Amino acid sequence: MIEVQHVSKRYGRVTAVDDVSFRVEPGEILGFLGPNGAGKTTTMRILTGYMPASEGRATVAGYDVFTHPIEAKRRTGYLPETPPLYPDMTVREYLDFVARIKGVPSGERRTRVDTVMQRTHVDDMASRHCGKLSKGYRQRVGLAQAIIHNPDVLILDEPTAGLDPKQIIETRDLIRSLAGNHTIVLSTHILPEVAQTCQRVVIINKGRVVAVDTPDNLTARLRGAETLYVQVDAAGADPAAALAAVPGVTRVAPADQRPTPGAFEVESERGRDVRRELAHTIVTRGWGLLELRPMRMSLEEVFLQVTTEELPPETHALSEGEARVEGEAPRA
Amino acid sequence: MRNVAAIAQRELRSYFASPMAYIIIGFFMLPFGVFFFLYLRSFVSQSMQMAQFGGAMNLNQQVIRYVLQNASVIILFIMPMITMRTYSEEKRSGTIELLLTSPVSDAEIILGKFIGALGLYAAMLAVTLLYIGILFVWGRPEWKPLVAGYLGLLLMGGAFVSIGLLISSTTNNQIVAGVVTFVVFLMLWIIGWFADSAGPVIGPITSFLSITEHFDDFAKGIIDTKHVIYYLSLITLGLFLTSKSVDTERWRG
Repeated sequence: MIEVQHVSKRYGRVTAVDDVSFRVEPGEILGFLGPNGAGKTTTMRILTGYMPASEGRATVAGYDVFTHPIEAKRRTGYLPETPPLYPDMTVREYLDFVARIKGVPSGERRTRVDTVMQRTHVDDMASRHCGKLSKGYRQRVGLAQAIIHNPDVLILDEPTAGLDPKQIIETRDLIRSLAGNHTIVLSTHILPEVAQTCQRVVIINKGRVVAVDTPDNLTARLRGAETLYVQVDAAGADPAAALAAVPGVTRVAPADQRPTPGAFEVESERGRDVRRELAHTIVTRGWGLLELRPMRMSLEEVFLQVTTEELPPETHALSEGEARVEGEAPRA
Repeated sequence: MRNVAAIAQRELRSYFASPMAYIIIGFFMLPFGVFFFLYLRSFVSQSMQMAQFGGAMNLNQQVIRYVLQNASVIILFIMPMITMRTYSEEKRSGTIELLLTSPVSDAEIILGKFIGALGLYAAMLAVTLLYIGILFVWGRPEWKPLVAGYLGLLLMGGAFVSIGLLISSTTNNQIVAGVVTFVVFLMLWIIGWFADSAGPVIGPITSFLSITEHFDDFAKGIIDTKHVIYYLSLITLGLFLTSKSVDTERWRG
């Protein structure tokens, strides 16, 4: 439904987007993740035809956004970072105007406006001026504006920014309910949002795509191998060698999160549970086993890792099918 | 065309939803009324002298002509207020993203904005017909030169609007747009003053460039195709350059 091929955008000498490629399948929700200034908004602006790319090609619903902009735009709904509202129009007037320029036939306009106002819960503000709306309402009117012509593709730049928790849940539900009939690309830097709403994630940093996968695979993949956190009271001895000697253990390193004596990260072969052997080894030597737990990387850590450094080399070698799907509960 | 109408309507509505339209019309009507009063008073006192000594008086040539000529200068001061926000405000508030990502061509957006601004200007001119109506109640002016005069005002206003749009499209600060527009209009007006003293080569060029100079014939009630073409080409040039400016901004991002 959306295809981005080797798209770059340069402003003078500054490269905002550098050779970005990805695909979005029909009905899919794709999360666009990256720190501020990573090129999320620029990529979205290229997709919506707001600005042309310096290089590369982008197609929306089969139409090249540069050579057939009108056709592509007719099938795209776009919520920019700041909702594009006219302060001196009422919500109803505004949505009616948007419906007109988006090409909704005049006979259907009224019902379309009513429908989207109900779906986005702004119907109680229908005759309020857009300039007098609270941030949450502005955001939802922006969303109403994006879906008014029932587009195939929805591009949402931080759709939940500025909403209160209840509205965030409503908006996520709304976005999820739109998937299926619509293909959605949404950008955010709220990580739980991606885990909850998106089927696939593109992580972008400094204009480059650094990772594309499902949220679950990303957390699993980045972990590389199975990692355990072990804390041992070895009474003066160094347990590292003993732990490394346990069959199946590939690497033992001091836990760097909390530099506690006797705390180790123990990596094992994929799919092999070494907890029993580890505990046995420790206990038979008369040491105290203080803590033994699997380590999981939250999406936050994944995000920090891929945006601050290169992916560890072994993760590239893993195929996506091999990576174990793991339901990491995101921190809300 | 549907899109042009939608955008023009939105522009007009936003003028009248804010105090802007009323302030602009008020600012125009006040000096217009003063000029009307002054010229009419001197016409009345002259006509009383003429009644004693004999001689022809003409409302069109002695009142309407001068009132419209002065109006063309007031318009020069008022027009930046109409055009300054057209593009710059949309760029500042981000609503330009809505327009540029909608299935609407640049030409439709520009034309819509042009017609919207011209619509407010036309409404402003329509209100001045109240004054002219007074002349028709108490005297017998000819309507044909009057039509020529108002046609000239419309054409001249169109030229101002297209230049104003162009300037507004280059900045996201409407005050900057307003000031620059005002200075440009002022230059286009006073450049005509050099016409008499500038010699045989530069003189005709400066008087040709002066926007208000071309209006004089219309004020007299003459529709000269030369001036019509001058205004129409200025409008076309302004709108064309606006579309180029919008396109350039798009590439620059």
